[in-house]
Amino acid sequence: MASPLRVSTVPGGALEDALSTGLARPPSMRQRLVNKTFLTVCQSFAWLMALLVAAIVLQIAVQATPAVKQYGVDFLTGTTWDANTKQYSILPEIWGTLYSSVLALMLGSAFGIAAAVFLAEGFLAQAIFVTLRALKLQYKPLWQRLPDRAEHALRNLIELLAAIPSVVYGLWGIFVVIPAIRPLCNQLNEDFGWISFFATPLSGPGMLPAVIVLSIMLLPTITALSRDALTSVPSKLRMAAYGMGATRWETILAVSVPTAARGIFGAIVIAFGRALGETMALAMLVGNANRISVSLFSPANTLAALLANSFPEAGPKEVGVLMYAALVLLAITMLVNVFGSLLLTRASRHLEGAR
Amino acid sequence: MLVDEGSGAHERPSAQALDPFAGIDLQALEKSLLRPRSLFNAAASGLVSLMTCLALVPLFSVIWMLLSHGGKRLSLTLFTELPPAPLEAGGGFGNAILGTLLIVGLATLIALPFGVLTAVFLSQAEHDNRLAQGVRFAAKVLTGFPSILAGVFAYGSVVLLTGGFSAVAGAIALSILMLPTITLTSEDAIRMVPAKMHEAAVGMGATPTQTVWTVLLPTAVPGIATGAMLAIARAAGETAPLLFTALFSNYWLASHGHIDVMRPTASLAVLIYNFAGVPFDNQLELAWAAALVLVLLVLTTNIIGQVLSSRRLEH
Repeated sequence: MASPLRVSTVPGGALEDALSTGLARPPSMRQRLVNKTFLTVCQSFAWLMALLVAAIVLQIAVQATPAVKQYGVDFLTGTTWDANTKQYSILPEIWGTLYSSVLALMLGSAFGIAAAVFLAEGFLAQAIFVTLRALKLQYKPLWQRLPDRAEHALRNLIELLAAIPSVVYGLWGIFVVIPAIRPLCNQLNEDFGWISFFATPLSGPGMLPAVIVLSIMLLPTITALSRDALTSVPSKLRMAAYGMGATRWETILAVSVPTAARGIFGAIVIAFGRALGETMALAMLVGNANRISVSLFSPANTLAALLANSFPEAGPKEVGVLMYAALVLLAITMLVNVFGSLLLTRASRHLEGAR
Repeated sequence: MLVDEGSGAHERPSAQALDPFAGIDLQALEKSLLRPRSLFNAAASGLVSLMTCLALVPLFSVIWMLLSHGGKRLSLTLFTELPPAPLEAGGGFGNAILGTLLIVGLATLIALPFGVLTAVFLSQAEHDNRLAQGVRFAAKVLTGFPSILAGVFAYGSVVLLTGGFSAVAGAIALSILMLPTITLTSEDAIRMVPAKMHEAAVGMGATPTQTVWTVLLPTAVPGIATGAMLAIARAAGETAPLLFTALFSNYWLASHGHIDVMRPTASLAVLIYNFAGVPFDNQLELAWAAALVLVLLVLTTNIIGQVLSSRRLEH
């Protein structure tokens, strides 16, 4: 920045005058030094940030190495966790993590996408407008903004679900969800016990309450991202469908949702990643039982819950084993995210129409 | 829409004279609401409305439980007393509130400079800068990172190294979770500064550093503050990474007149978790009261962040 000032020779010496008064001068040595240092500091923080992810992965991997050497692949396929005999394996936890996440994702996606459609297609605003029109209030100054306001409020309410800490959901699950669903679950077990999903009674914590609470925690993510995808569908596409005589739902199912499919898939992938790593609600509700069962009412365990419950009291030997479990959780999360984004580009390619 | 004759005629009084529908049999255009298509339409609308209402039931239930169970124990002693022992009556969680503030404060002290300086680099970098792309990728990976793994990292790198659970370890775990939010929102905020302001500073001969400190950062402060508030709100509610980094403590932070950040430290979230699994009514009531305080804390931070961001949009 300084050099062009020095070499330029302006006839009349206006620049020299300016320079000589001290009002315009090239940056001093000190300013240049400060500048250089500051930019280097910024760059080194950027390097730190980029290396942080690598450092986390490396640190967990290094501390897991002794356990990986000692237990090998058996750790992933065995079903015992016994500190007395030093036998550790995590197949039940892997199963529990995937099972609870998939179930919660199904439940959460169904409700989350429904809420997203409800918000994006203006159901609430229209219902209120129709009511107001019936009362002939629709253009009155105070009332005419009500539909928009109500929709905005509903959106904020659903986003509020995301602001509640997971440990509070866990507490709520223990005191509200479990007592509320227990009679129904035990009835189902008595009457339909031959179906493997209902094979055990719900004695307290178990898979189903954990899944219900987990799905509530996933819902705001799915709704917010899907709603964004749905509202960014160009309205001319919708208008074209209406113009051809399609009903509202024919338009939603044949035009809006397929066009927004990429965004909705993306929302589901992100939610799946969250579900795999979610800890507190599961640690409080899933029952921490080392068993593999498809029954919805049976207690189970997940990788994250295992880490949360075992780390505080872990001895030096157990830490290695738990680091191995953390490494497995990390690998599963990364795999889901990578495969998710691959699947995303694959699956949405033919669903998305011309824009 | 053709069926809706009434309103059309109302808007155009002369329509009857001209009658554009003279040759058309309007009866044939009317559609029955009992066709399968219309029925499906109505059923689907009803279903979606019902599901949206059901999705809100948990929210109201949580709020109701917080107010009814937590509200009845809300009093000043909660903030001034220590957690009770089993079967002991009364008590509070003053140390846990202070602990949460201390841990989140330390985490902010770590994450805020780190994130903002990284954001300065990102906003000044060229589009094809490899490092900048790497940093953005790292930030994206970190946003989807299971929070418990941040705890595992802090356990491995701080707790094992320093030989004990501490507030610092908890703060480091939380700062990892805050970092991506702060970095990405700060970068956005700096990039939103109008180019003419940036160019004016450069044109007056300011060095890049002077531009950053005197023009870019002061203008971007509301945006950066929004991001920081959202990150703080998220971190304050996190439990999993604190369970085995800060652990818990039944005592006040300060001992012998000074605060020791290298000792196990209580936090609201861990207190809720510990008391939720205890079969004593007093502890359970305290857990609900702590949940109410925690939710209020998180919501207040969130709302401050939203107000800041809406004010930024107005300008």
